[in-house]
Amino acid sequence: MKHIKTLNKATLKSSMAKGGCGECQTSCQSACKTSCTVGNQACEK
Amino acid sequence: MLHKFTFENSKIVMDIYSGAIHIVDDIVYEMVDDFMESTREEIINKYSKKYDKESVIGAIDEIQALIDNDLLFTDDVYKDIITEYKNRNPVVKALCLHVAHDCNLACQYCFAEEGEYNGPKGLMNFEVGKAAIDLLVKSSGNRHNLEVDFFGGEPLMNFGLVKDLVEYARSIEKEANKNFRFTITTNGVLLDEDKQKYINENMSNVVLSLDGRPEVNDKMRHTIGGKGSYDLIVPKFKSLVDNRGDKDYFVRGTFTRNNLDFSKDVMHLVDLGFNEVSVEPVVAPLDMPYALQEEDIDDICLEYESLARQILKRKKEGKDFNFFHFAIDLSQGPCAYKRLAGCGMGTEYLAVTPEGDLYPCHQFVGTEEFIMGNVFDGVTKPEIASEFASCHVYTKPKCAKCWAKFYCSGGCVANAYHEHDDIFEVYDIGCELQKKRIECAIGIQAEMLDD
Repeated sequence: MKHIKTLNKATLKSSMAKGGCGECQTSCQSACKTSCTVGNQACEK
Repeated sequence: MLHKFTFENSKIVMDIYSGAIHIVDDIVYEMVDDFMESTREEIINKYSKKYDKESVIGAIDEIQALIDNDLLFTDDVYKDIITEYKNRNPVVKALCLHVAHDCNLACQYCFAEEGEYNGPKGLMNFEVGKAAIDLLVKSSGNRHNLEVDFFGGEPLMNFGLVKDLVEYARSIEKEANKNFRFTITTNGVLLDEDKQKYINENMSNVVLSLDGRPEVNDKMRHTIGGKGSYDLIVPKFKSLVDNRGDKDYFVRGTFTRNNLDFSKDVMHLVDLGFNEVSVEPVVAPLDMPYALQEEDIDDICLEYESLARQILKRKKEGKDFNFFHFAIDLSQGPCAYKRLAGCGMGTEYLAVTPEGDLYPCHQFVGTEEFIMGNVFDGVTKPEIASEFASCHVYTKPKCAKCWAKFYCSGGCVANAYHEHDDIFEVYDIGCELQKKRIECAIGIQAEMLDD
């Protein structure tokens, strides 16, 4: 494409197919513990 | 839903419900807003006045190709699914153990009030800690990975118990078919060589509290007598990290109104040799002199941009480091369920006081109406768990219409509660900063792609 470069494809919807197992690390939305915010968590599958 | 923003030379269009992110040129950046409301002819007429007609048609065709491939203007398919997901039979998979409600520092901004959480000083005993571990195993259903975070106050003030609980958990995990992951958060004051060695061998993550430049750290993080902690703790943190191998750690600081030039603190920590750094906004009552105010938002956002540029420069020089709040995994990150469900406070995640009381999370400890039960009897107020389970981005009006909801999961419920007395509200200053951080994180990746 000449006008558009795609940095990231549509991964969100497809993530539902394998997701929801709950095995990933707990996040802390306040980050007061820096356990993890959600955006950089690794999927365990 | 779309979100557009620019970062350095990159013009970025995010398609929120597919997760797709596109770097576009000037024409597409302008015309994409018109796409759903105007006809092809109307768009050609409008933009041919400013751009070459052939380019306009080419851009329209490319946008249409994205739409045809479900990469732009996609529909929201998550609302019903997440409600169903959150209403599943609850399991507990993580505990925050407050092993010490006491501290050997008197940090000015501490939400735990020098470790005491508005209650008495106290150390957890083995009976309470063991019951907490047993409750976690019993309540975790078929979840294999379980987390235990040793927290305080200052957990090194009760380090004997930490070791006893790790040993106990390890002794039962095989039979229970569980895998415990331990983390600890410390101010470093008592971090001698033996404790460093133990933590490096036994903790999957360690959070080391340090705010940055000596004068910044010591203004807020000092002893009860007012003596700064920087000189005491930095050598210990360096020693621990030098011997940690490839295990996770974070040097974690807080910035306040006193250091809105906090990018200097981030770079100071990096220059000390720490490659995993987190410096985060203080959350405090607005009447405190160090609390962030609404009028600070623009300055803080500019500072995040400045930090992002410095990180980008270092990346291009091959001197990469991880700034926690700009770390974002666009392709292999958490699934949509996790993104929407959030931190699991009050359901998957509970905090335990030294006396054994259960709270939805560490930030609620001390607010007694949130006591959910105790480690011996389990959750005796399931209605509290139900209320937290029903709290997610589609039940919070401000989140439902926000582009950032898949990246922040609705923000911190405790912060929102403390500002508005309502867990279905949001902490507004935090939201504005979070959105800027997401833009910076994606912007850095866009600029790296351009190279």
